[in-house]
Amino acid sequence: MSRKIFSVFGLLIVASMVLAACGGGTPAAGTERIVETVIVEVPVAGDAAPLPPPAGYGATLAAVQARGVLICGVNSQVPGFGYIDADGNFSGIDVDYCRALAAAIFGDSTKVEFRPVTAAERFTALQSGEIDVLSRNTTWSTVRDTELGGNFTATTFYDGQGMMVRAGEGITTLADLAGGTICVQTGTTTELNLADVMAAAGIAYTPAVFEDADSTFAAYAEERCDAVTTDKSGLVSRRTVLEDPSAHVILDVTMSKEPLGPMVRHGDDQWFDIAQWTVFALISAEEFGVTSANVDAAKANPSNPEVARLLGNEGDLGLKLGLSNDWAYNIIAQVGNYEEVYNRSLGPDTPTYIPRGLNSLYTEGGLLYAPPFR
Amino acid sequence: MAQSSSQAASIPIWRDERYLKLIAQIVFAVVVVLTANYLYQNMVNGLRQQGTTLGFTFLGGIAGFDISETLNDFSRTSAYWQAFLAGLYNTLLVSIVGIVLSTILGIILGVARLSINPLVRWLSAAYLEIMRNLSLLVFLIFWYLGVFLKLPRVREAVEWPGQVYLTNRGIVMPWGLPTETMPMYRTILIIGLCLALALGLVLFLRGRQTGKPPLTLLWSTLALILVAVIGWFVVPAAPLSLDLPVIQGLNITGGKTFTPEFMALVSGLVLYTAAFIGEVVRSGIQAVSRGQVEAARAIGLNPFQTLRLVVFPQALQVIIPPLTSQYLNLTKNSSLAIAVGYPDLFYVSNTIMNQSGRAVEMISLVMLTYLTFSLITSVFMNWYNARILLVER
Amino acid sequence: MAAVTDIKPPLSERPSPLGWARKYLFNSLGNSLLTIFSIWLIYTVGIGLLRWVFTQAEWQVIATNLRLILLGQYPIAQVWRIWLSLLLLAFLIGNSLAIWGKAGKTAKRFGAGLVAFPLLLALTAIGAESRGWLVGLSAMLILGWYLGRPATRTLRRVVAVGWFIWPPIFLILLRGTTPAEGVLPIVGTNLWGGLLLTFLLTVVGIVFSFPLGVFLALGRRSELRIVRWFSIGYIELIRGVPLISILFMAQLMLPLFLPAGITIDRVIRAMVGITLFSAAYLAENVRGGLQAIPKGQFEAAHAMGLNGLQTMSLIVLPQALRLVIPILVGQFIALFKDTALVAIVGLLDIVGIAKTVLAQPDFLGLQREVYAFVSLLYWVFSYAMSYVAQRLEISLGVGQR
Repeated sequence: MSRKIFSVFGLLIVASMVLAACGGGTPAAGTERIVETVIVEVPVAGDAAPLPPPAGYGATLAAVQARGVLICGVNSQVPGFGYIDADGNFSGIDVDYCRALAAAIFGDSTKVEFRPVTAAERFTALQSGEIDVLSRNTTWSTVRDTELGGNFTATTFYDGQGMMVRAGEGITTLADLAGGTICVQTGTTTELNLADVMAAAGIAYTPAVFEDADSTFAAYAEERCDAVTTDKSGLVSRRTVLEDPSAHVILDVTMSKEPLGPMVRHGDDQWFDIAQWTVFALISAEEFGVTSANVDAAKANPSNPEVARLLGNEGDLGLKLGLSNDWAYNIIAQVGNYEEVYNRSLGPDTPTYIPRGLNSLYTEGGLLYAPPFR
Repeated sequence: MAQSSSQAASIPIWRDERYLKLIAQIVFAVVVVLTANYLYQNMVNGLRQQGTTLGFTFLGGIAGFDISETLNDFSRTSAYWQAFLAGLYNTLLVSIVGIVLSTILGIILGVARLSINPLVRWLSAAYLEIMRNLSLLVFLIFWYLGVFLKLPRVREAVEWPGQVYLTNRGIVMPWGLPTETMPMYRTILIIGLCLALALGLVLFLRGRQTGKPPLTLLWSTLALILVAVIGWFVVPAAPLSLDLPVIQGLNITGGKTFTPEFMALVSGLVLYTAAFIGEVVRSGIQAVSRGQVEAARAIGLNPFQTLRLVVFPQALQVIIPPLTSQYLNLTKNSSLAIAVGYPDLFYVSNTIMNQSGRAVEMISLVMLTYLTFSLITSVFMNWYNARILLVER
Repeated sequence: MAAVTDIKPPLSERPSPLGWARKYLFNSLGNSLLTIFSIWLIYTVGIGLLRWVFTQAEWQVIATNLRLILLGQYPIAQVWRIWLSLLLLAFLIGNSLAIWGKAGKTAKRFGAGLVAFPLLLALTAIGAESRGWLVGLSAMLILGWYLGRPATRTLRRVVAVGWFIWPPIFLILLRGTTPAEGVLPIVGTNLWGGLLLTFLLTVVGIVFSFPLGVFLALGRRSELRIVRWFSIGYIELIRGVPLISILFMAQLMLPLFLPAGITIDRVIRAMVGITLFSAAYLAENVRGGLQAIPKGQFEAAHAMGLNGLQTMSLIVLPQALRLVIPILVGQFIALFKDTALVAIVGLLDIVGIAKTVLAQPDFLGLQREVYAFVSLLYWVFSYAMSYVAQRLEISLGVGQR
């Protein structure tokens, strides 16, 4: 008898939990909606402006500012570029770009929310407005710049596709891989380049295609494949974390050009400018020797007029971008210049060391070249 | 009916239940259509803003990527739709192989659950409890990364008797390559099949007449095997030449390689689904009342005959519906191939989606394809189920 | 019949262990072979497993990343909020067990297990703070038990209300209210991860798919043709496609369906996908229960003057749901296991977190350890749920008409 009562009340508990939790869902959803309405109103305000700029102009910045936090799509699996450490913090050069952008907008580099996105979903995430900017070692290409609904802003890292093999197996050229198996990640330009290059060279091979970088390299580490291919930077950083890095060599072939950089949505030129000039501010700061350590001194006593304009002492470049005038100062003070960002994630002191190479300033034989600040 | 229609005249429209129901339906339909239209318009507008429109013409475009294992001729210059087909074939392969193997294992497990040997019973029960409470995705990942990729490397390949090699590049086994006499042998096989079917029919009709159920299936199969064996030696040269795998440096050449992705997916799905099928089989057998078994024994049937003639036909009725849904589950679960890197329908579609940026079209296409599978299967199973019930009466 | 079964078996029927073995394990050649095979199987698998678990596996990866696996990137300074919600939950459970299961042996055994579990966990190598919280959990369970023993009417009502308000409290605590450095700073859903996210997806999936499933089941049996067609179409469509395609749709297509500028959080999108999926299966289960209700019940309700809505909500649904509770619990377990699929669309649930843990340079190549641990977590919770369901089934007497 008592057992029956217990069971009936057990049923009641279940039912009440169900009902209670139904009500429970609402507060969270309600607060969510408040944020949403703010976002909706923005384009309306833009339309009402006397001389209407193109639809969507300024909408992203307004939405970000209303939200109070920048949402940045990043990688969570590539050491040196975008990666979660054991404490649960994001780090890497792509991640630091997001911090720089947050510093430019809010004057606070911590006001950024990182969204790990997979290679497959990144463009949709950008298109649908789930993320404000995509900074996830993404290669600049025609289709992505047009059909996939985004615009690349600038190159933050010049890369090229490479091939890593195990040392001591007599593989020195791509032709030695004939009949072999090559690990590659899906949804990437890498996958297409591999097919292109091997077809052009007439080399037969078997691809082993994986959903994410971890699986790809795990399979390579287990000798599922003879070789693994991705951007050379990725190979370098991944090689450092293999069991015995010296047992792997990166072939001296460059299979493609891979300019990596942040990408924004089509249709908001102001946001594009902000994202682009954040990169340029980082590069220029290195060119002018302004670092996070000496930025206060440089602002107090600018070495030349362009530094003064960069740091907001002269002119109103920041206001023209729709930001505060000390936007670049905030970037440098809180995140550093390009060199600092680079060295923090890819410098000689890190396990993922990659020599600067093409990613040096143009004055040092590299490709980094920022337009003038004026 | 006559009463209600005469009443209808006196009831005002807004209180007439029939009208109210009609109006409710119309309102519901309008709401559904409007909502769907609103969502659709949003999507079209959004896509237009990005400069794209809906359409399937992109499927004719060149894929540009390679697929690791295909059953059709696919290369990087093939079209997207051919890539989709390659994925579809792979899904069908995994599903069919998976269904056959999981049925066999499931029946073994189900029967073992009811064995008089407590050790066997206990083992089977433990297996079912372990499997049923695992998450299939985690199990597949573990199975692939933790077992199949941890197999010995090519150099240290484990050799099983009969030149079967176990490596983390796959399981390689000797395989037959068709020779020029293969067409002739195939004709012989077809003749043998016809013979076996005819024999089966004769035995079946004899059984009907005499009332003694003969072992139709057994004799037919034996006949087929006999023809196949005789045919093998009758044709001038062996129709299949044995292709033995050989370790050559980095790779194993020759033979037939089953990739670790394929093996992990199929075996993972089989091990998982078999646990559920085992339960289905057990409940089916238990649904046959004890009296049936006792009666069968009482009229002198041996245990095997009891199982074959009394228990099994009755259990089948109970088993078929849940078994169907398990088969469908296995087919749908094969979409988890994406986690182990096997290019099935879903994975290939995902790649197409990434490379072409056509998310809406590809997801619709994939869902439509799976839906077709499920509809075909349920139509077939409903027909089969109805037939079994008919035989029973 | 009863008289026959009452006869005790003769004493000689209780064999010695050797006789027992001969009777059941070695009574025929085939059976002997089976027995030997089984023993060999148990021995090989068991020894291999034990050797791996205790000597070969490197469990350090789990110990180091335990917080990440359980809570994702939830800020460490805010973890007390989760503990607090758990304390409240423990109190409620203790209370409820005492009130509604006081005489039942099941409730007592269940309660004892619940008290012992945190204490056992506290014995493992974790931080002192967590240990304190765990002991607190057990204490709250016992406290709840003692306070709930009077089982008065008012107390029952209070506890019932407690169950109602616990989920919102939990969500508020979890998410936070104040924007910046307040008492409860907001923790964005992007920081919810690990087992916490898995549970949240499960709970939200259950809570929302249940009513939706009931509505769909009623819709499928509705007299209104359009409603019925719609329900059938929905149920069959969803049941015909894999969950992963629904999740992809929720992640990739749902944002496109919304007007420009409106975005939904990706965690919520996954919840929507899981809910829509689960509802179709629940609907079929509930329909099974509805069909089992005899027509007489409807007619009797009608005769008592209840209208359609009252008949459904007061007479038919309670009976139908009671019939299908075990099946529903099975469905919920399946849902719990299926939440793992959100990792494929990039969410950092327990499987997603496992992937990031495996990318840490210190713990490369430890897939076996990490995924074995994750599997174990799934197994423990699924098994616990199905155990409770079985007890519930027995105590409800379902299936014994």
